[in-house]
Amino acid sequence: MFKFLVKGLFRDSSRSRFPVIIVSIGIFLVVFLQAFMMGMVKDMINITAKMDSGHFKVMTRAYEELSSVVPNDLAIMDVDVLLEDLREEYPDITWTPRIRFGGLIDIPDENGETRVQAPIAGLGVDLLTPGSIELNNFNFSDTSVLEGRMPQEPNEILLSAKFAEQAGVKVGDQATLVGATMYGSMAIHNFTVCGLVKFGISVMDKGALIVDIEGARQALDMDNCAGEILGFYEDMNYGDRREESDKLREAYNAKYSDENDEFSPVMLNFMDQNEMRSLMVTMDSAIYGMLFLFMLVMFIVLWNAGLLNSIRRYSEVGLRLAIGEGKRHLINSMLLESLVVGFVGSIIGTLLGLALSWYFQKYGLDVGYAMENSSIMFANVFRAKITGQTFYIGFIPGMTATFLGTLMASRGIKKRQTAQLFKELEV
Amino acid sequence: MSKELINTEGMIKRFPMGNREFTALNGIDLKIGKGEFCGLVGPSGSGKTTILNIVGTLDIPSEGTVKVLGNDVGTLTAKMAAKLRNKHIGFIFQTYNLLPVYTVYENVELPLLLLGYDKAKREKMIMDALEWVDLVDKRDSRPSQLSGGESQRVAVARAMVKRPEIVLADEPTANLDSKNSFNILSMMENLNKELKTTFLFATHDEKVMKYLRRKISLVDGKIAKDERIK
Ligand SMILES: Nc1ncnc2c1ncn2[C@@H]1O[C@H](COP(=O)(O)OP(=O)(O)O)[C@@H](O)[C@H]1O
Ligand SMILES: [Mg+2]
Repeated sequence: MFKFLVKGLFRDSSRSRFPVIIVSIGIFLVVFLQAFMMGMVKDMINITAKMDSGHFKVMTRAYEELSSVVPNDLAIMDVDVLLEDLREEYPDITWTPRIRFGGLIDIPDENGETRVQAPIAGLGVDLLTPGSIELNNFNFSDTSVLEGRMPQEPNEILLSAKFAEQAGVKVGDQATLVGATMYGSMAIHNFTVCGLVKFGISVMDKGALIVDIEGARQALDMDNCAGEILGFYEDMNYGDRREESDKLREAYNAKYSDENDEFSPVMLNFMDQNEMRSLMVTMDSAIYGMLFLFMLVMFIVLWNAGLLNSIRRYSEVGLRLAIGEGKRHLINSMLLESLVVGFVGSIIGTLLGLALSWYFQKYGLDVGYAMENSSIMFANVFRAKITGQTFYIGFIPGMTATFLGTLMASRGIKKRQTAQLFKELEV
Repeated sequence: MSKELINTEGMIKRFPMGNREFTALNGIDLKIGKGEFCGLVGPSGSGKTTILNIVGTLDIPSEGTVKVLGNDVGTLTAKMAAKLRNKHIGFIFQTYNLLPVYTVYENVELPLLLLGYDKAKREKMIMDALEWVDLVDKRDSRPSQLSGGESQRVAVARAMVKRPEIVLADEPTANLDSKNSFNILSMMENLNKELKTTFLFATHDEKVMKYLRRKISLVDGKIAKDERIK
């Protein structure tokens, strides 16, 4: 009987094609949007992680407490030992030291007099070790430098192009950093501007200085020290490892962090910083909200399609009742049909969605073309990301919407007396 | 079980009409025995279809008792009624009601699928039925490829394939020309003789009346005349 019904379903293209197309389109959108949102979440996570928080960040307890003011006097000392320990204990995570610092940048004129002076946010990262992850983190390469080249010496710096333009700084200029050493005395250090970059992140474009971490150490008297050690999952896929990262952080802190020693290390993961935990929860609910919305729309469309179908099939319903099919059986067979339609539609939709998602995962959507300047380093390429969820998420609304739609439509059959139906069906 | 297949006593059927009631059948006493070839005749609105629906367990009487194959139609559950129709009653309609997406073979197969017969048994029964109505060569055609006469023959095959005790035919010739009408009637007459199937028609077609061996005339929901012919 099942075979018989399915045969009819697929021969009657008007009965199967329309709902299958509706489901396919809906599921296609759900699947693609899911992958796209996952991609955006991943990008968002990674931009924040690369710029600021890492997937993990290790600091001293004292530094962590005051981290908003970048207290370099509380930085990690003997950082090479700690780095080695981390690399040994967590080989799947790439660890890299950073020094954040603030200060004034002073650009002298040809006579050595101050021409411009402006506050600046400095970042010392590992630029000179070949294959350093920081080159990836900042998309640094000679081609991504707007003007000039990458630093090749510890005392060469990159400046944000916007800042340089406002300050009238050119590649090759001297720049003096006026700041504070780790020990609280005044630090004055001369750098050479070797390149200008555009970050695409307004806080950094306003005034940022990038220097190799050795340069920062020399300038701030921080030999073998670092304010922070950042850790990154090698595949940059944090989203799927949230729980894992919580466990890892907990275990590390239990083992190494000592409440009574303010210079003992403490680890935070991505979500522990910048209110990211609540943001991620919000993103999750946004995905489910979107799914629910799609389901509702599809459900209404399919309900109506189901109603239409039942009307078109009145004579079939009547005939089957007359032949002696029970109402329950009849409705069940229609529900079964709807599940077949939902399943086929979900498969088609999921395949289409996966295909498009795959394309955008591989090639990305380059909105940089749409923007004026395409040398922005971040957030100009939207990439989709296929997750495990991408494969099954479409089936939830696909199957339920067709099933519920048909269930609603078949209520008319259930409620009425057979005789009444028979009369209405005008067999 | 009485020897009558169908036995109605004081069958009354009222339909709600606005806030009043309309009496469509007003005390029908009717006994139909095995192997009869009989018809309800009368003008439109006289209650023919209503009787067929009740006898066919698609509806229930408002008053009186109606027994079909010993079952009291008024007290059957929906499930039991469906089962009774499934096993023992075949329907033929004015508009054929073939399912357009299925072949002739499959249309005839449907009642057997509901009965749960296995494939070999179904095949044998379907081919027999198609032979009775002389449509073996059209077994793979779709209803849209058939003439009206052929369509109604498929409907006869579908009603007869499970070899029911009773076949109820509501205006089966209304959409057919006289040649096809006679053709289908003589087929049904043969089946009636061969298989002893009881046929109950509802008709106002003179051509059908010529074939009937018993003519039950209805006027305004009452039996006006009940005559056996030859
Ligand atoms: N479900 C119904 N509701 C209301 N009136 C009905 C219903 N079925 C039949 N009738 C009425 O009962 C009368 C008999 O109808 P029917 O049995 O169809 O007559 P026939 O088949 O002889 O033309 C008609 O007046 C018809 O309008
Ligand atoms: Mg009628």
